[in-house]
Amino acid sequence: MNIIEILHLIHEYKEYDENETETETVRAIDDVTLSIEEGSFVTILGHNGSGKSTLAKHVNALLLPTGGTVMLCGQDTLKTEELWTLRKNAGMVFQNPDNQIIASVVEEDVAFGPENLGVPTEKLEKRVEQALERVGMTAFRMNSPNRLSGGQKQRIAIAGMLAMKPKCILMDEPTAMLDPVGRREVIQTVHELNKQEGITILLITHYMEEAVDADRVIVMDGGRLIMDGTPKEVFSRVEELKACHMTVPQVTELAYELKKEGLDLPDGILTTEEFAEALWNLH
Amino acid sequence: MIRDITIGQYYDADSVIHRLDPRVKLAFTLIYIVSLFVGHGPICYAYAAAFLAVVIVLSKVPVKFMVKGLRGMLMILIISALFNVFLVQGEVIFRWWIFTISKEGVRTAILMVVRLIFLVIGSSVMTLTTTPNDLTDGMERSLRFLKVIRVPVHEIAMMMSIALRFIPILIEEVNKIMKAQIARGADFESGGLIKKAKAMIPLLIPLFVSAFRRASDLALAMEARCYHGGDGRTKLHPLKYQAADYAAYAALLLYLGGMITMAVLLP
Amino acid sequence: MELTLKNVSFSYNPDAKEPKYAVKDVSFTIRDGEFCALIGHTGSGKSTLVQFLNGLMEPTSGEVLFNGENIFGKKYPLKTLRQKVGLVFQYPEHQLFEETILKDICFGPKNMGLPKEEQLTRARHAMELVGLPESYEEKSPFELSGGEKRRVAIAGVLAMSPECLILDEPTAGLDPAGRDDILGTVRELSDQEGIAVVLVSHSMEDVAVYAERLLVMNSGTLVYDDTPRNVFRHYKELEEIGLSAPQITYVAHALKEKGFDIDDSVMTIAEAKAEILRIFRERNS
Repeated sequence: MNIIEILHLIHEYKEYDENETETETVRAIDDVTLSIEEGSFVTILGHNGSGKSTLAKHVNALLLPTGGTVMLCGQDTLKTEELWTLRKNAGMVFQNPDNQIIASVVEEDVAFGPENLGVPTEKLEKRVEQALERVGMTAFRMNSPNRLSGGQKQRIAIAGMLAMKPKCILMDEPTAMLDPVGRREVIQTVHELNKQEGITILLITHYMEEAVDADRVIVMDGGRLIMDGTPKEVFSRVEELKACHMTVPQVTELAYELKKEGLDLPDGILTTEEFAEALWNLH
Repeated sequence: MIRDITIGQYYDADSVIHRLDPRVKLAFTLIYIVSLFVGHGPICYAYAAAFLAVVIVLSKVPVKFMVKGLRGMLMILIISALFNVFLVQGEVIFRWWIFTISKEGVRTAILMVVRLIFLVIGSSVMTLTTTPNDLTDGMERSLRFLKVIRVPVHEIAMMMSIALRFIPILIEEVNKIMKAQIARGADFESGGLIKKAKAMIPLLIPLFVSAFRRASDLALAMEARCYHGGDGRTKLHPLKYQAADYAAYAALLLYLGGMITMAVLLP
Repeated sequence: MELTLKNVSFSYNPDAKEPKYAVKDVSFTIRDGEFCALIGHTGSGKSTLVQFLNGLMEPTSGEVLFNGENIFGKKYPLKTLRQKVGLVFQYPEHQLFEETILKDICFGPKNMGLPKEEQLTRARHAMELVGLPESYEEKSPFELSGGEKRRVAIAGVLAMSPECLILDEPTAGLDPAGRDDILGTVRELSDQEGIAVVLVSHSMEDVAVYAERLLVMNSGTLVYDDTPRNVFRHYKELEEIGLSAPQITYVAHALKEKGFDIDDSVMTIAEAKAEILRIFRERNS
């Protein structure tokens, strides 16, 4: 079943100069059609300004289409009056960990979403507890978010989404401001959620390594979808990726370079082990 | 570390007063202030002092923290005392050059100072024993009736709690920007007032830009978490009166009753 | 130019019985034209360390010497030092404040008390160094993209003509194209202008390509000070302190384990490619 259905989505915004007169219309999303299967882990890649973040914001109706339709769990974002009833299905984690934590105590922040949904107090307690346990932050329940590391803050933000019991979580570059340890923490957590709870994950990132374990990788450029496939399929197209300012994991690039030199390696090698194995077979 | 600073002056302790519902403590502050204006004369103030002393002992907050709030008030206390001493007319007890001091003047000055001291200490009890977050909660609940006349009580409370969360972050930000500008040769210390004020521009503009960026990020994050105003919102820890809270209300009313009786009966 | 840290330590409670150290007994010297990278996980003390280098923080013990002179000595002109040792903080675009890019970049030279003409010459030169076109001069810094803003901020420090440039994670939050742009620019500054560079980074892949010397911090102490190649030989020890080696290093080790006769100190794609091709060529001949 498809949890997200996007049909011929177009998003435009107008730019104004100092005198408030319209200068140009920018098309951030240009005719995108896409469906996401429930329970899948999808990574969206693309350089800054490729429209990937704008696309994600359409899924939970933070932005509304200029043209086309976006359906989340069968609900049309343009035809829904109270958008919050739709947003509870798709939590969103943002880039800056500090700017998405609302309360001064961890547990109260996690409760913020379900509080808005009107979940009764008796059940709130339980939801907060479970969500914190899910991300491994139970010990920090009564702490102030200010004293947590970046990775821990992002896990709190994820717990805040889980407490709303969403079907899908959108992650808008959640690791861009973290150090490698924090990045690992966050990516591991979302993979667990995907596998164990069956929550659909839409991960937007710059880091190719984070795309390797996804079920599906989508590459955007200039507001369009330019590639869509398994990580193996997408990362076989090294030249094309480079043409739109993307990199591939180092081992993939090495295999690609060797292939160019005449070594008969398979396409789209993603891991060190795979590479060593393939090279040994050639030897 | 700068992120550890506490906003307000909350003193962490486990006492009866700390555990009271913030609404009770708001009521205490209000009633205590009223009682100070109802009462007059030394007996009334001794009564008020005794009541305050009991509350302070129960709160387990060291007296020196209570008195701290007075330091900032010192100038105001001295000035109001001097005004009363010299300007109130009455039976003259001292005269020198153009200055006269009257018996009534001294009396009003003392009462005035005592009243102010009690007022400051009385409200410190609330801020010292209640976390800013509880205080915000308490105010939201107590002032809910104002919604009838369209005061956005929930929104104000939400703004206050967001401010509490972001003040430490912004202070840290000030620090960072300041260092970055010093690294570019900025000088925040030397020069006269105008030069100093001008030197603040490279600090203030980035700070505002950052505050606005954070605000817009936060608004988006709140929307994504289904925030749609105060209607239909539940709470993880809703305020609920316990037996002790009712007892405290009763004690407050008894105290106020006692004060009114004294004020009426005493000359 | 010679910038030396001599047995520096920093503690928030130096007088306590058991003081806690953010930095403990660190010594090293940075010389003209060197390209150093400083790595260590968050909280390892590297941010404190870089602030010693231009006198923004004073160590609780030890000395910081610039050309042999103690920068915390009495009457030492710290303001002049900060021009010679430029520090670009993390997310430096957050410090931009002027109406136009040119004015913002002039802020440093203006604080140095240079005449107006000289300020402009320096600012324009700095813009050129970071690859900002002349047409940007009158633009507002707030209407640029993230990567461009960052270049303006770096130009703001370069306009003071520093002899040593310290960059605290200059690529944080940028996309791959932006990352390569900034690092390429920094490399040119080092190669062509002879500026000594200290690059604080989390990316071992970048460090392997760009740096000629690698300083590794762990819980306040300097654990390695060597060429990247030599440091990455200790990839297991690096993992123990929450760091890693570039992916290529792992590839080389995996190949060696398989039985390839490969030099396992390779650390960049180009090196690995040459090495593997050599193996295959030797086998064929």
